[in-house]
Amino acid sequence: MSAVAVRDRYLESLLNQATLAAKTSSLTLDTLRATAKALVQEQAFPSNRDEDWRFTDLSSMLETVFQVPDGVTDTTLDQAKALLADISLGTYQAVFVNGTFVDSLSNLGDGLNVLSRLAAPDSLGQVQGNNEVFTALNTAGFTDAAVIHVAKNTVVEQPVQIIYLTVGDTLFVQPRCLVVAEASSAVTLVEEFHSNGSSFTNSVTEVWVQDNAEVTHLRLQQESTKTVHIGKTAVSQARDSRYRSTTLNLGARISRHNLEVYQAGPQTETTLNGLTAIRDKQLADTHSLIALNHPHGTADQLQKNIMDERAHGVFNGRVYVPQKAQLTNASQLNRNLLLAPKCRIDTKPELDIVANDVKCAHGATISQLAPDEVFYLQSRGINHDQAQRLLIYAFAMEMIEPIPVAPLRERMTQYIQQWTV
Amino acid sequence: MINSDAKTILSVRDLRASVDGTEILKGLNLEVKAGEIHAIMGLNGSGKSTFSKVLAGHPDYEVTSGTIEFNGQDLSGLEPHERATAGIFLAFQYPLEIPGVSNREFLRVAYNSHRKARGEDEVDVFDFDDLIEEKTDLVKMDTSFLDRSVNEGFSGGEKKRNEILQMALLEPTLAILDETDSGLDIDALKTVAEGVNKLATPNSANLVITHYQRLLNYIVPDYVHVMCGGQIIKTGSRELALALEAKGYEWLLEEQAVAS
Repeated sequence: MSAVAVRDRYLESLLNQATLAAKTSSLTLDTLRATAKALVQEQAFPSNRDEDWRFTDLSSMLETVFQVPDGVTDTTLDQAKALLADISLGTYQAVFVNGTFVDSLSNLGDGLNVLSRLAAPDSLGQVQGNNEVFTALNTAGFTDAAVIHVAKNTVVEQPVQIIYLTVGDTLFVQPRCLVVAEASSAVTLVEEFHSNGSSFTNSVTEVWVQDNAEVTHLRLQQESTKTVHIGKTAVSQARDSRYRSTTLNLGARISRHNLEVYQAGPQTETTLNGLTAIRDKQLADTHSLIALNHPHGTADQLQKNIMDERAHGVFNGRVYVPQKAQLTNASQLNRNLLLAPKCRIDTKPELDIVANDVKCAHGATISQLAPDEVFYLQSRGINHDQAQRLLIYAFAMEMIEPIPVAPLRERMTQYIQQWTV
Repeated sequence: MINSDAKTILSVRDLRASVDGTEILKGLNLEVKAGEIHAIMGLNGSGKSTFSKVLAGHPDYEVTSGTIEFNGQDLSGLEPHERATAGIFLAFQYPLEIPGVSNREFLRVAYNSHRKARGEDEVDVFDFDDLIEEKTDLVKMDTSFLDRSVNEGFSGGEKKRNEILQMALLEPTLAILDETDSGLDIDALKTVAEGVNKLATPNSANLVITHYQRLLNYIVPDYVHVMCGGQIIKTGSRELALALEAKGYEWLLEEQAVAS
């Protein structure tokens, strides 16, 4: 069988699995799934020959037959509870174990619900980019979905936490989340991905930020280093809205995060902060897109990556400023720290600017720890190892310190402290 | 202050050192005793800054021959942090900015590394805060600087004051001030000099590297050395610095040429 045929067969089997897991609640959802299924069937499983997947090789996945989970057993639930203990913020939370919503571990309310209890909202599956193969695969077969609906002029004071736990090996799990923040509302969303085995997570989160609304989105990917994680965050921003995200990529054997922000009205504000800290043979890929289409938008992106041992980071940051997007102010910076001779980063800022009255800045830096900084610390009595740790910690903390949810910030600070030891 | 009975702190004999295979120090000799202030002057490229970095143990510089003894201990083989905890302090010509590390945290880690090296317990955050706030007064530094990242966004004068703050905290036996005065306005210069003078004790010594005689009006040296071509070519009293200020270095170089 040719390599192409192997990949086609593999995608087909994933789609079949996905279809098994799909719960259907309405005619709208049925139609949506059928369309998505057809989209997957038209496409191929990505290979390194695809420009979008040049540096992220998924071929090792082909050796594993992933299967959708067969319900949630008591043992699974106990393991999930143990994982949850350190994570829960104790506010509104929705917990999904192996793709299934678990009511007994959740605390719904204040606009947080799950799809199986609602009619599918019209906005589900509608953000641009929904035809991409993994996004369509998720739409064709996700089991349960978290739905956060913040009514007009409502400010949700407590963060809303969505936790996806995968317990077990060779499982194929498709987390799904929909956020609709109506006009002039405000909400903070914490999404967390955790697992303990060699599973495959394929997640999709859609965020609709309506006129003058504000969404703060903290996304933590801390899956087992045996897991393959492919995630999509697709954001649509209406006029005068603000979207601020911090994305933390710490776990997984292979991870890919597609972060896409589409401007749907003038004067939007977009802030994307990201930190990747990986080691061993981990690969973490962040593909971002900020597509402006209206005047007076601002976009500010800072992505920091730390690679140690044989880890491989990938950053592709696209900013699209067409003719209509005049008076836009966009800046993008990607900073990379390589800690070992065999680690690697592939970075590619991609600015596509047609409008003529705009301010756009971008940059990418790749460095090792600066020997002069290490020497400065040593000359004050701090030994070489401790000096290095302090500098790595400082590099990472620039992204951790602004996290507005204190317990998460503290947990991440501890994580980074331990990571640098 | 010169006291012939004082113990020798630093003894450098026939020191040669290279960077990237190029020899910069070519047979340098210097003896510093407790309580003394030594100034080293010289043209750019004469090896002054190299000498300070070699003393502190910068890894880019290779000592090819000669010896450095500090308090009777051979420094070769000691890592930079071991030299620091042994009592050598280098105030940098260009202090580095370290974004993300708060000044307070940096100072506390540095202070505790010295305590650990002496076999003492580390001080906790609260005790340290009391200590450091007392030290900031000495260099007339606002305590808000403690909570900013190390030197990040500091003016030239603030960076140099921060160096003296570190010196005040770590109480070295030998402080090397590498062009601490360059780029400072007169008020900042006075503050820095006052700090250094207050920290001077009969048991410690200062090695002041400078381009400008001006600093020596405020930190008055017992000896002035002139470096040229990687060696100390002349040693004199404070008057030597004044002569250099008035006449430049030419006469000295000619005198050297005639002598050799």
